[in-house]
Amino acid sequence: MRYIPHNEEDVLRMLDAIGVDTLESLFEEVPSSLRHDAPLNLPAARAESDLLAELARIARCNGAGGTYRAFLGAGAYDHFIPAVVDHLLSRSEFYTAYTPYQPEISQGTLQAIFEFQTLICQLTGMGVANASMYDGASSCAEAVLMACRVTRRRKVILSRALHPDYLETIRTYGRYLDMEWVDLPFGEDGAFDPDALSRLLDEECAAVVVGYPNFFGVMEDLATVSRLAHEHDARLVVAVQEPLSLGLFKSPGELGADIVVGEGQSFGLPLSYGGPYLGFFAARESDVRNLPGRLVGETVDTEGRRGFVLTLATREQHIRREKATSNICSNQGLCALAATIYLALLGRQGLPELARHNYSKACYARERIAAVDGYSLPFNAPVFNEFVVEGPRAAEGILQKLQERDILGGVALSPWFPDMSNRFLVCVTERNCREDIDAFVEALSGGEA
Amino acid sequence: MNRVGTRGLSLNEKLLFEHSRPGRCGYDLPPLDVPSAEPPEALVRDDIPGFPELSEIDVARHFTRLSSWNYGVDSGFYPLGSCTMKYNPKVNEVACRLPGFADLHPHTPQKLAQGALALMYELQEDLKEISGFDGITLQPGAGAHGELAGMLMVRAWQQARGAQRNKVLIPDTAHGTNPATAALCGYEVVPVPSENGVVTVETIEGLMDDGVAALMITNPNTLGLFETYIADVCRVVHERGGLVYCDGANLNALLGIARPGDMGIDVMHFNLHKTFSTPHGGGGPGAGPVGVSAELEPFLPVPVVDRTAEGYFLDWDRPHSIGRMKGFYGHFGVLVRAWTYIRAMGAEGLRRTAEMAVLNANYVRARLESSYHLPYVARSLHEVVFSDRNLGGGCKTLDLAKRLIDYGFHPPTIYFPLVVSGAIMIEPTESESQETLDEFCEAMEAIAREASEDPGLLKDAPRLTRLGRLDETRAARRPRLRWQP
Repeated sequence: MRYIPHNEEDVLRMLDAIGVDTLESLFEEVPSSLRHDAPLNLPAARAESDLLAELARIARCNGAGGTYRAFLGAGAYDHFIPAVVDHLLSRSEFYTAYTPYQPEISQGTLQAIFEFQTLICQLTGMGVANASMYDGASSCAEAVLMACRVTRRRKVILSRALHPDYLETIRTYGRYLDMEWVDLPFGEDGAFDPDALSRLLDEECAAVVVGYPNFFGVMEDLATVSRLAHEHDARLVVAVQEPLSLGLFKSPGELGADIVVGEGQSFGLPLSYGGPYLGFFAARESDVRNLPGRLVGETVDTEGRRGFVLTLATREQHIRREKATSNICSNQGLCALAATIYLALLGRQGLPELARHNYSKACYARERIAAVDGYSLPFNAPVFNEFVVEGPRAAEGILQKLQERDILGGVALSPWFPDMSNRFLVCVTERNCREDIDAFVEALSGGEA
Repeated sequence: MNRVGTRGLSLNEKLLFEHSRPGRCGYDLPPLDVPSAEPPEALVRDDIPGFPELSEIDVARHFTRLSSWNYGVDSGFYPLGSCTMKYNPKVNEVACRLPGFADLHPHTPQKLAQGALALMYELQEDLKEISGFDGITLQPGAGAHGELAGMLMVRAWQQARGAQRNKVLIPDTAHGTNPATAALCGYEVVPVPSENGVVTVETIEGLMDDGVAALMITNPNTLGLFETYIADVCRVVHERGGLVYCDGANLNALLGIARPGDMGIDVMHFNLHKTFSTPHGGGGPGAGPVGVSAELEPFLPVPVVDRTAEGYFLDWDRPHSIGRMKGFYGHFGVLVRAWTYIRAMGAEGLRRTAEMAVLNANYVRARLESSYHLPYVARSLHEVVFSDRNLGGGCKTLDLAKRLIDYGFHPPTIYFPLVVSGAIMIEPTESESQETLDEFCEAMEAIAREASEDPGLLKDAPRLTRLGRLDETRAARRPRLRWQP
């Protein structure tokens, strides 16, 4: 019981102060018929040393980074995390704190979140950002709800090239709300089809949702979507699946987006088998009172000194209850802190440089793979650090062969796109050195795969 | 002038952006080992205006200073009611950072992720045993997200039976997120008044009709009271075609003592960051797995971790599933911490947790009963709610909270639950020793005396923090939500 301080003497003394004889009597309001009398059937308590040995054994059953040359992306990205990020994050004043309800003793969390909100605004080109959400997919679902709320419309056009997790999450959130989903097809180049969008848009449309980059790594032509959507007063929701791209490509805000959401994992968060990650959510300033989730604002103390507080709580569940803009209570405070530290380190120069680095690596891999006999790049729109490859036979088989050579070559597309059985999504980041890429290409061309 | 160190070692710190100096960067890249490539010029952004330019030491110092302005469980007693701020064991932090966990990509072929899947499967099994439910999803990202998953399952179950039910009953002692969640599922909320702090069978009988899909109850509730009639309440709801959702935020009080699944509850979320000691990180991440009865199992979000003789796998083939709540499979890093905690404690340790949490709450209650007004007399479990009714000098709960900061404590939850005017909700958790509780109670008693004798001490508090009381009204009236040069 290393986490519990009481000895038997303490217990007796405290029971005496309460005026009861036994611990049992503290639970007298729990009817005896509901008591669980048998001990829980769980493994016995473990010493810390044993526990760590067991955990290390379990962790070794995973074929994680280090063992394989990995080219996996599709919503989670392997980027180098500078040592200082986890070091600062591990300060327990940060990680053992709760939601900052008492601002005078939570200024560390509050100022960091204010800085996070600012960084997200700068990166996305938007006026206002919230204090983070669960992840990119759920953030995208909240964006759709918000677009319907502000337009009082119910039809939502969803790009088929949006990350499938995002699409499914949107549908789950909207399951019992009065909404209509319309599929926006993508064209030969892997980008949305503008003619189809023109046909689908009408005065009933609340929003058009596209990825930037989309699931195929393609940077969509946001200026065109935005022009078309705004002709019908629909909102343009942009979902950024790999936010490092914003270090290099024009910001969604500059291209006319109304709501920009996305996944922030690339900014200093470990892959961690899919979570916890970090959703970001930015919008126009005029929509601030419709934003879901937590917001931190600047104010002053009694002496006029600058400080920060949670604010605009009148949108939130504990005040407006069933009329709240969302039911969100926890945000991803610590993950937002990681992203803030990471972005502060990279900054105005480092982020574009890293983005360019990723872009160049992916270009190199693309060119080399396209030159392999039987392999091609089916989509030719501009991409960021991942791209679709078409092979000579079923992608699963190709990837299996690569795996036998210690290469995780990508993610097969067939689970989501049954007509793309020969295609897979390859991701290249700064973590893949030229030798990795060359080995991958060699494995493809050597007839081994 | 706002110079560094003007308040002794309480260091001042500007915003990141105000530290910026052109040309600084805290990151470097290895040389590019492939030819440099340029995207089409029309797509390239010129600059990220306002983005900071800092060296590594600027960043390290900035956040180290910010951390010193934060109060965490490691700083001291954190009796935030309903939030269960227990000690976060350090081994949990080591566990989730192990190579093999931290660097595991979610699209890793399942054969190469057997360790992660095994751990998730075992956690599902542990949570079933602890709660008495038949099925678990680990996917939701937080308690309120779990609530949403749970209520979507309720709706799917009702719909599968062809029922058209549009109302949800929510007691006044339930958590604040519950009504918002019900509304997100398209339900109309019907408030349920509690009697002597708990929900009675008669009240539910009076409210249950063909339009009610579910009751959303918190047990133990936000007054820290066990819902004594829960079994009969569940029976009545079931007899009339409804389901019972339980907000599991207060499960800490029941570990090893009683199981929600055995009480007749159909669906409940767990707050791993509360009950199972994973840190809340100043706002998250948490994780909100949901437990369900066998009847609701087909509706669980996809994927669910399962196993065959060949090994563990993610089961996507669930035709009745409500779908997916978020990307990937849940907050795996948080799941590792919770698994580690459960294994560190074992069955006996978990039961001891509940006993000591309840002992501590009742000890605080016994010590403060004579100084503070206690609105409900029923036996408290792991948290106790007082009110500011007897506080002298015109002082309110907020003043008390701010004065506690001067005494070096994080204040309790205030003004919640709404059913108590001027509520002060104290949850000590099992982590605290009697000495800590005594110091806290002495501070509370001293503040009660100060309120009558020198109320200014409360109203001007806190005075010993870097900043004084912050103007929240101004922040809301004139929102400044980002830095502008």
